[in-house]
Amino acid sequence: MIPPHGGKLVDRTVPKAEREARLRAAASLPQVALNERELADLEMLACGAMSPLEGFMGEADYRSVVATMHLANGMAWSIPVVLSAKTKEQEALKPGSRVALTGREGEILAVMDLENVYRVDHAHEAQEVLRTTDAAHPGVQYLQSIRPCYLGGAITLLQKPNHQDFARYRLEPKETRVLFSAKGWERICAFQTRNPIHRAHEYLQKCALELTDGLLVHPLVGETKSDDTPAAVRMQCYEVLLENYYPKDRTVLSVFPAAMRYAGPREAIFHALLRKNYGCTHFIVGRDHAGVGSYYGTYDAHYIFNEFDPGEIGITPLFFDHAFFCRKCGSMASTKTCPHPKEEHVFLSGTKVREMLAAGELPPPEFTRPEVAQILIASMRGGKG
Amino acid sequence: MPDNRSAETVTLKIPRPLYNRLRQLIAGTGFRSVTEFAIYVLRDLAAQPAGRKAEPSMTEVELEAARERLRELGYL
Repeated sequence: MIPPHGGKLVDRTVPKAEREARLRAAASLPQVALNERELADLEMLACGAMSPLEGFMGEADYRSVVATMHLANGMAWSIPVVLSAKTKEQEALKPGSRVALTGREGEILAVMDLENVYRVDHAHEAQEVLRTTDAAHPGVQYLQSIRPCYLGGAITLLQKPNHQDFARYRLEPKETRVLFSAKGWERICAFQTRNPIHRAHEYLQKCALELTDGLLVHPLVGETKSDDTPAAVRMQCYEVLLENYYPKDRTVLSVFPAAMRYAGPREAIFHALLRKNYGCTHFIVGRDHAGVGSYYGTYDAHYIFNEFDPGEIGITPLFFDHAFFCRKCGSMASTKTCPHPKEEHVFLSGTKVREMLAAGELPPPEFTRPEVAQILIASMRGGKG
Repeated sequence: MPDNRSAETVTLKIPRPLYNRLRQLIAGTGFRSVTEFAIYVLRDLAAQPAGRKAEPSMTEVELEAARERLRELGYL
């Protein structure tokens, strides 16, 4: 089994026997409310999905990650995982103190031992991490919505956020690792997505499955931008697709709780490292991975892996180019494997696909499986799309 | 002093290049012989229950809890 990033799967969850006492003790602490991204990050920090991180980043790690895509100890890490102060008073919290971290209903979820309180430059962070300061970029909008003061320190999870959605699919790294081992899988490929899976994505996954023992379909279900297809609709699409078109003994569907950063290349590295923590040995990187608009080059998320020694990342990226159905080839293919002109390719722009679905029209089955399209059409009619 | 253990031991054969490599490995360590080192390693391996290789840092309780949850959710 591939070791976690840093060699050890972090576990920052309080032992059951101590939980009630620790919750009572936390009731008197100053409280910091978590936003949706921070809630997801807290869960992932606690269960080891973000190993070797043991809490929200302190100043040294933050500045090192922003500048060099490495933690202060030299380990590869591309995206800051940070907790923003929510009030002026919180900006004055003292290092060495302890704070309680609260969820959507104000319930105490965790405690954090404060090591740093530090001011940051969001424009600088945006330029380095997102490669843009354009206010139209959703990642920039997020940074503009939070205070430029971060709180860093190790966390201890006292209770998980109460999830009503996807309960059946919420596997933590300990569980995916045990599952892969129980199945006898040694090479496991992960597929990250925030979109419905169309034929092109299916093709990449099945190419990867030919080279590995099993496939983890690992859709991101944390916060996404408002015009992304909602996670609940996407999960219906994934379920019907896997039920009808994927080998059950080779495929696992589980959710990735993280929020989307839309950081393109840097987020490809982040996504790969976290899937390593889930026990995956390979990671699919398609065109414009984690991209949005035209902020990143189509294959920038491939090239960024060249900036690291392979041993630093540890999980093997599988790079795929633009894929499509080719009428002349008579099969799914990509720009790497198909010698025929574009006119032979079944390709639809995102805009065209949305128009067709909104009009109740099925895209060609060479582009989208009809069962998936039916779900998307129904969701648009129901106003959920 | 007679070695009473000899009646309780068996001889395993390993390729000489492997033996020589192991000798180099244990030089300067607390292992007095390749035999002592091999027993140490093999005892550790033999002590691991099935499925442990999934996550050596997980306790048996954690492993069983993970398996139970996977069974409840229908993954196993």
